[in-house]
Amino acid sequence: MNPYMAVIRRDVSLALRRKNEVMTSVFFFVVVASLFPLGIGPEMNTLRLIAPGVLWVGALLASMLSLGRLFSSDHQDGTLEQMVLSSASLPGLVGAKILAHWLLSGLPLVVVSPVLALQFDLNAQAIEVLMASLLLGTPLLSLIGAVGAALTLGVRGADVLLSLLVLPLYVPALVFGAGAVQAQTAGLGASAHLSILAAMLLVAAVFSPWACASALRVALE
Amino acid sequence: MIWNSASEFWAMGGYGLYVWGSFGVTALLMGGEVILAARHHQRTRESLQMQATTIGSVQDTAKDWQP
Amino acid sequence: MTRHSNVLFRFAAPQAFYGLAGRLWPWVAALATVLGAWGLWMGMFVAPADFQQGQAYRIIFVHVPASWMSMIIYLAMAFWALLGLTFNTRLSGMMNRALAPTGAMFAFLSLWTGALWGKPMWGTWWVWDARLTSELILFFLYLGFIGLTASIDDPRRADKAGGLLALVGAINVPVIYFSVRWWNTLHQGASVSVTQGSSMAQTMLWAMLLMAMSFWLYAIAIALYRIRTLILEREKHALWVEAELRSEGGAS
Repeated sequence: MNPYMAVIRRDVSLALRRKNEVMTSVFFFVVVASLFPLGIGPEMNTLRLIAPGVLWVGALLASMLSLGRLFSSDHQDGTLEQMVLSSASLPGLVGAKILAHWLLSGLPLVVVSPVLALQFDLNAQAIEVLMASLLLGTPLLSLIGAVGAALTLGVRGADVLLSLLVLPLYVPALVFGAGAVQAQTAGLGASAHLSILAAMLLVAAVFSPWACASALRVALE
Repeated sequence: MIWNSASEFWAMGGYGLYVWGSFGVTALLMGGEVILAARHHQRTRESLQMQATTIGSVQDTAKDWQP
Repeated sequence: MTRHSNVLFRFAAPQAFYGLAGRLWPWVAALATVLGAWGLWMGMFVAPADFQQGQAYRIIFVHVPASWMSMIIYLAMAFWALLGLTFNTRLSGMMNRALAPTGAMFAFLSLWTGALWGKPMWGTWWVWDARLTSELILFFLYLGFIGLTASIDDPRRADKAGGLLALVGAINVPVIYFSVRWWNTLHQGASVSVTQGSSMAQTMLWAMLLMAMSFWLYAIAIALYRIRTLILEREKHALWVEAELRSEGGAS
């Protein structure tokens, strides 16, 4: 089996053994989506208006919270060093890790999102666009966030610092992701937003593993 | 001169709070930055000088070095 | 070719740069002061009141220079980061650490003066227009850089990580700005532009440019000054630093 598939399989099976990585992200997403109506009021018109933003920010925060774990456990047991030293391409291995991370922390959010969207009374087409935007957006967030995770590897106060580093970079994804759903509910069609999201995902998929690899080499030398 | 009196200048057509709040904070921060940079430089020099005298000069320790 | 690169790389050595920065910064600071005084004179005592905004518009004489500088400094940091990651020079990382606090300060000033300008003009302390929102995000980018370089103990690792972050950030800034503009127009936000006047009076424009130049020179001067402190700290085991400390006594 090639090393990249091996990395994905390893990460996924390790996480599933403990299950908490998947559950934490989903749970956080659900909690955030439930807190907003409690804070704002049950008026359905308001909730329908704020739903795209609230759901997208909830998914973004849930995804961000799980980033700290992306490299830290491998760093602690020395696996990361082996990856850096191995003959396999480091960006490739990093890409595999990010994919595994997304399968565990991002994809579940996409799956759960329709249920939460119903709480905000979004119609079926809006929910479709929401899922599509999250399907494109959560891997984008994982890719961007991974660079931050690599830069802050082993640093004191890494979690908070990671949030600070990564939030400005998340803004375009948030704008177009939530914007897609809003465009759909306004009757304008979300294809432009989703296309831009897809383009950003492609660019990130190419550049992020490479940037992460550089950051990891800096962190480990 | 576009101002008829000093009080007119400070009042800034009723916008004094905003104009002087802007200029004031700007002056404060830029001046503060200069002062902080100067103090940091001074303290760095002092601490390095102290280290040099207590630990001893690199030259002195190099003199005793045996291959 | 080799002669030119020798001159360039000569000043890449911290010791040489220390001397150069020490000779340069007083002149740059003096020029910054002169231009600043001239700009303030023009802006506060010569330029007339604005037709629409009265005297409040004078805030642009600090707001616009601060905004410009916050962006120029970030570009400079990206440039030094690229240089440092390509040539592995120590000085590039130190330059970025010297520039970042000033950049963050200017970003903050841009937001502060923007709010103080917004309140009398648009009635609220904050407006989510594209430029102010992008400036806020730029401020966070600065804070992130400062936070990252401050948290990593090993100076070389901090330099390189900071450089990577500055580069990634700089590449993203146009994307961020574009997306914020898209977000703003789509949501029918406040459609006021911060620089409202269609054609500014000559004196206003001149005063603003003078202040911008003054702020730019100020940033250069303080970065040169600060990098000298950083060089002393980093190179403290070098013989030339010892000689330097002994010779110059208390003066800097």
